[in-house]
Amino acid sequence: MKKGILLHEASDDVGVAVIDLKVGDEIGVVTLEGKDIKQIKLVSDVPLGHKVAMQDLPINKHIIEYGRAIGYAAASIAAGEHVHVHNIKSLRWAASKSKVFEK
Amino acid sequence: MDINKDFPLTGFRRANGRVGIRNHVLILSVDDISNAAVEGVANLIRGTVALPHPYGRLQYGADLELTFKTLIGTGRNPNVAAVIVIGIEPKWTDYIVKGIAETGKPVAGFSIERYGDLKTIEMASRKAKEFVQYATELPRVPVKWSEILVSTKCGESDTTSGLASNPTVGRVFERLEKLGNTLIFGETTEVTGAEDKIMEHCSTPEVAAQFKAAFDNYQEQVESQGVSLLGTQPTEGNIRGGLSTIEEKALGNVEKMGGCTVVSFLEPAEEPKIPGLHFMDSSSAAAEMVTLCCAAGAVLHLFTTGQGNIIGNKIEPVIKLSANPLTVETMSEHIDVDITGLLRFDYNLDGAADRTMEVMAHTINGRLTNAETLHHDEFVITKLYRSA
Repeated sequence: MKKGILLHEASDDVGVAVIDLKVGDEIGVVTLEGKDIKQIKLVSDVPLGHKVAMQDLPINKHIIEYGRAIGYAAASIAAGEHVHVHNIKSLRWAASKSKVFEK
Repeated sequence: MDINKDFPLTGFRRANGRVGIRNHVLILSVDDISNAAVEGVANLIRGTVALPHPYGRLQYGADLELTFKTLIGTGRNPNVAAVIVIGIEPKWTDYIVKGIAETGKPVAGFSIERYGDLKTIEMASRKAKEFVQYATELPRVPVKWSEILVSTKCGESDTTSGLASNPTVGRVFERLEKLGNTLIFGETTEVTGAEDKIMEHCSTPEVAAQFKAAFDNYQEQVESQGVSLLGTQPTEGNIRGGLSTIEEKALGNVEKMGGCTVVSFLEPAEEPKIPGLHFMDSSSAAAEMVTLCCAAGAVLHLFTTGQGNIIGNKIEPVIKLSANPLTVETMSEHIDVDITGLLRFDYNLDGAADRTMEVMAHTINGRLTNAETLHHDEFVITKLYRSA
């Protein structure tokens, strides 16, 4: 199995690509502690340093990385999909403009 | 594993019991116009370190206080064996001398009025020569890991910082916290988006409230200039690198604290009173922050970088860590700890922390860091507002 995604916490919604990942790749997900978590199939290309969804994430869900919310889903996101500014938004920055609730 | 047996350390034990890892004789300017005399002494006497700077005149209030606290703190730092202080007039020169002398280390002050530069340089040089010969007689003695005051900051961060190098420092800090070390982190504005996490890690509600007050104060100050940090973070470069939100960037930054408890809130340049991790109110500009850590008594700095910040400090050695393969390859003369292997799954976080602590041990025992060999001698006083 090719390893290519690092997770800060085993329960995080997103992992980080440590190599350039291509759609269709089957990639091993490992925690910083070195624990193999699972294998995930990429549904979009994800460049090195960018995030990959570990599971299906419904719209408005808080996105957990480092064990904490880094923002919310602005669109529904599929497992294995690229997660970035096009589909997640800051809770801080959005909070002043519109209310966002955890679903 | 017993780290004190596996990586035995040596250092310089000062009169007040504190441990230094370097043995500098400082020639310190009280004010900008004394820099020429300070450099004159340092040019004449081998083994001295000149510390010129652009401030010290017509400052007032909190700004003056911070400049003097920084100068006194730098002289007090255990990496310093002895200090020559040179200022234009006796009153403030004596004030700096007295602040440093509390540590019990040799310190002498010279003021230029009524003597001129040349006579001052001669008198100060004779004393500096005496101090260098005193310092070079001091032996390195066995010291414990727990006696090393360590500070940290990140700079030129990218996704590898939050992913690998900051968590590595976090793991090192967790180990040092267990040993009983005193540790410092800060960067008041850069933690925006993760300030709630820091507050949750504070040992008491009072510490959390002090941190929050400083944090809110910074936000107000920034906003009073018509700028919104929320709107500017993450930067375009951060976004290209994969960071999506300000929370994500800040959480990556505060990975440096690991799971440690924040035991106190420090004013800029304030010396910690108890062991544990301390949050120091500080700018995120690399040279300013490291200068404040040094003034607070930190003797070794762990600096993580993604794109390659090249900061150093004259008194407090700066060890640089990077997990960005391109940075490690193209800027190898600046990077002390290569932890790119963490991203290749060659080792885990503990493996990266082991590599870091090995470099720390060598550095503590006297091996110069990359920044030290390259003359990265940044000494930058934090200026709070303009002078009178």
